[in-house]
Amino acid sequence: MKVGIVVFPGSNCDRDAFFAVTLQQEATAQYLWHKESEIPQGLDCIILPGGFSYGDYLRSGAIARFSPIMRAVRAFADRGGLVLGICNGFQILTEAGMLPGALLQNAEQRFICKSVTIRVDNSATPFTNAYTKGQVLRIPIAHGEGRYYADPATIAQLEKNGQVVFRYVDTDGIPTPQSNPNGSIANIAGIINERGNVLGMMPHPERACQALLGSEDGRGVFESVVHYFASVGV
Amino acid sequence: MPQYRATIIVTLRPTILDVQGRTVEHALHSLGFESVRQVRIGKYITLDLEASDPHHATGQCQTMCQELLANPIIEDFSIATIEPIAP
Repeated sequence: MKVGIVVFPGSNCDRDAFFAVTLQQEATAQYLWHKESEIPQGLDCIILPGGFSYGDYLRSGAIARFSPIMRAVRAFADRGGLVLGICNGFQILTEAGMLPGALLQNAEQRFICKSVTIRVDNSATPFTNAYTKGQVLRIPIAHGEGRYYADPATIAQLEKNGQVVFRYVDTDGIPTPQSNPNGSIANIAGIINERGNVLGMMPHPERACQALLGSEDGRGVFESVVHYFASVGV
Repeated sequence: MPQYRATIIVTLRPTILDVQGRTVEHALHSLGFESVRQVRIGKYITLDLEASDPHHATGQCQTMCQELLANPIIEDFSIATIEPIAP
C-alpha cells in the first residue's frame, strides 16, 4: 500500500503522518510537494497533513486549495482514490468543496491542544474498519479553527447517510456539551464524503500511534487503510 | 485601462456565532459601554485593479469574493466602494 503525504508551505504534521504510515509493515510513504501537478502512478492513498498551510492567511486552508497539487488530489479522489485530511487537511478539503461545511474559530476563541475522547460512529469506511462502531478513542486535538459548521439541511444529510464518522464524546461515549472542545455542531469531529473515499477529521490520529507518546488509539486509521487495500486485492 | 481602488467587506453570516465579536462585546461591557449589542467583526480588504469602467471593476471583485475572498458557506461580502484612481 503506497501513501503520498502532501507538503504545503507551513505543513507541520507531515513527518508524523509519514511515521504513522510506515508503522504499518505493508505500507510505504512518500512526500508530495505542493507544486507538483501530478500524483505519481501507483499511489493508493493521499494524506493532507496538519499544520498552517500558507500561514492560515485569509482563512485556514483557503490558499492551499489553489496549490497545483490540489487539482491532482481532486482528480485522484474523483477516480476513487482515498484521501485523508487531518486538521489543516480537513480545513483544506472543506475549502476545496471536497467535503461539505466549514471550520470556524473555536467557540472559546483559544487554540486548544489536548487529548480528547472521540467515538467511531461509522466503522464501515476504508479509514475506520479496524475499529468497532461506538468505540471510544483517546486522540489529541491541536487547532484554533475546528468548530465544524454546516447548514441544518447538510447536517441532516450527513447524519442520515452515516457520514459523521467521528464525534467528540465523554469517556462513556456520550456526546455532551462538556466533551465538545470547540463548539462543533452535533459534536462532529470527522466526516466522510458521500462516496466514502474522502475523510476529514480535526483530531490527530498520527500523533496517537505509540503507547510511549500517550496513546495508540490513532493507529487504527492507518491499519484500516491497509486492511481496505488487502481486502480489495490491490 | 483605467484603474480603480476597491474596498471589500467580508463578515460572518448573521446566523453564525461570531465568537470574536462576542468576546469584544463582553470587553466593551466591562469598560462600561453596557448599551452595546451584537458586535460582529469582519475583514476589510482593499485592492487596486484595472477595468474598462466601474461596472466591470465591481463584477471582477464579486467574482474574486465568490472564488476566494469569502467562503459562501459561512461568510457574506459586500463591495463597499469602487473609486477611480487618478493616473
